[in-house]
Amino acid sequence: MTAVAMTVNGKAVTGDVDPRTLLVQFLREHLRLTGTHVGCDTSQCGACVVHIDGKAAKSCTTFAWQVQGANITTIEGLAEPNGPLHPMQEAFRENHALQCGYCTPGMIMSAVDIVWRKGNDLDENTIRHELEGNICRCTGYHNIVKAIAAGAKAMEKSPMAKTA
Amino acid sequence: MYEFKFHRPTTVRQAAGLLARQEEAKLLAGGHTLIPTMKLRLAGPKHIIDMSQIEGLSGIEVKGRSLVIGAFTRHDEVATSSIVKENIPALAELASLIGDPAVRHRGTIGGSVANNDPNADYPAACLGLGATIVTNKRRIPSDDFFKGLFETALEPDEIIVRFQFPKVNKAAYVKFPNPASRFALVGVFVSKRGSDIRVAVTGAGSNGVFRVTAFEEALKKRFGVKSLEGLTVPVDGMSSDIHGSAEYRAHLVGVLARRAVAAATA
Ligand SMILES: Cc1cc2nc3c(=O)[nH]c(=O)nc-3n(C[C@H](O)[C@H](O)[C@H](O)COP(=O)(O)OP(=O)(O)OC[C@H]3O[C@@H](n4cnc5c(N)ncnc54)[C@H](O)[C@@H]3O)c2cc1C
Ligand code: FES
Ligand code: FES
Repeated sequence: MTAVAMTVNGKAVTGDVDPRTLLVQFLREHLRLTGTHVGCDTSQCGACVVHIDGKAAKSCTTFAWQVQGANITTIEGLAEPNGPLHPMQEAFRENHALQCGYCTPGMIMSAVDIVWRKGNDLDENTIRHELEGNICRCTGYHNIVKAIAAGAKAMEKSPMAKTA
Repeated sequence: MYEFKFHRPTTVRQAAGLLARQEEAKLLAGGHTLIPTMKLRLAGPKHIIDMSQIEGLSGIEVKGRSLVIGAFTRHDEVATSSIVKENIPALAELASLIGDPAVRHRGTIGGSVANNDPNADYPAACLGLGATIVTNKRRIPSDDFFKGLFETALEPDEIIVRFQFPKVNKAAYVKFPNPASRFALVGVFVSKRGSDIRVAVTGAGSNGVFRVTAFEEALKKRFGVKSLEGLTVPVDGMSSDIHGSAEYRAHLVGVLARRAVAAATA
């Protein structure tokens, strides 16, 4: 067993885990933050995307001990509990950008990262190219692309949309 | 996944010592090849030697006539570096085409080159630019480094420390990505440095990354798309799988080489 310590959604957390524990397992099974999903075994689907020190990363392809001391943000940490949604979450709701919702947490975490890197004015091509690591089996992507363009614009005006 | 112990050395020397001493030990860099392989139980190292705590292994600088990139430098840092964009823009472009943004935030150049996946992008840049691969033991010219599918000249306790890419006059990389995995179905890197012309191909060869000397000779006469007209690579020696036949790959090599020269001379 190995001791891990990190900050998750602004709170210091610790755990005693088997070295094989992936970050996604630590989040879901130890911290009970089940918003982060696992959609594949091959690091390709992006359902597990979280922010590690402010950068989108696949939590299924990272051991918990690798992010010792790091700052992790999950879908649960984007907005205040019981407060208004983060502008990107709101844009997904407004634009009907989900059906089953399985890919949605990863999509939103990737989307916020895209805005941080590419700015608030995103064209369709950029969004589609940047979403290469996120797979959706339901929507056909059109509304996801629309939501991200709208969410990016809304983030410009929102106090909630600062960098991690 | 099989059980393992992990170690977090802070110097290259310690890491090399652990590699030599521990049975079935493996280095871990970005983990974006090793961890998926471990999850599938295709790899089962008993000891993992994490490189993330070693000082001085990442970073990008210009030294004399070379661009020097530390082995632990992540794909995204190369893709967005103003130094790389200014000195060898084709290399920044290549890094920006690897996988997806999340993969680029974690994966490293050293991990990619040490792994030598036949469909990986960086091996084409090393061979296509004539890079020197600097390890904890020696300096290996890229022409002597890539030995076949997932095979390199690295010894079991050898660690890549940095890469030296010579600055070139012209270079370009054109990739035909596999639409599902984003790896290169075929990728061609061309460069010109004085009279030194290189054409390196990834994804196509049944023995991994290779140079096309016939194309290089033709480009020596004149570095332009016309010089490659009608030239092809032999189908023999191309790989063939569900993603593409050997004939298809041979055809793509010619097409992408012409596009790369066009991009390099644009
Ligand atoms: C979804 C997905 C898509 C991808 N798409 C692409 C793509 O389009 N093109 C592409 O080229 N790659 C692609 N990759 C692979 C990715 O680029 C990996 O990051 C890279 O191949 C390995 O780098 P790493 O730092 O993650 O290495 P690790 O997985 O940590 O290590 C890989 C191997 O290299 C060894 N190693 C690592 N560093 C060193 C060193 N400094 N010296 C000696 N040995 C070392 C390790 O022991 C291990 O055997 C993709 C990966 C994923 C998961
Ligand atoms: S669960 Fe992480 S990429 Fe699919
Ligand atoms: S909404 Fe079902 S997977 Fe995307």
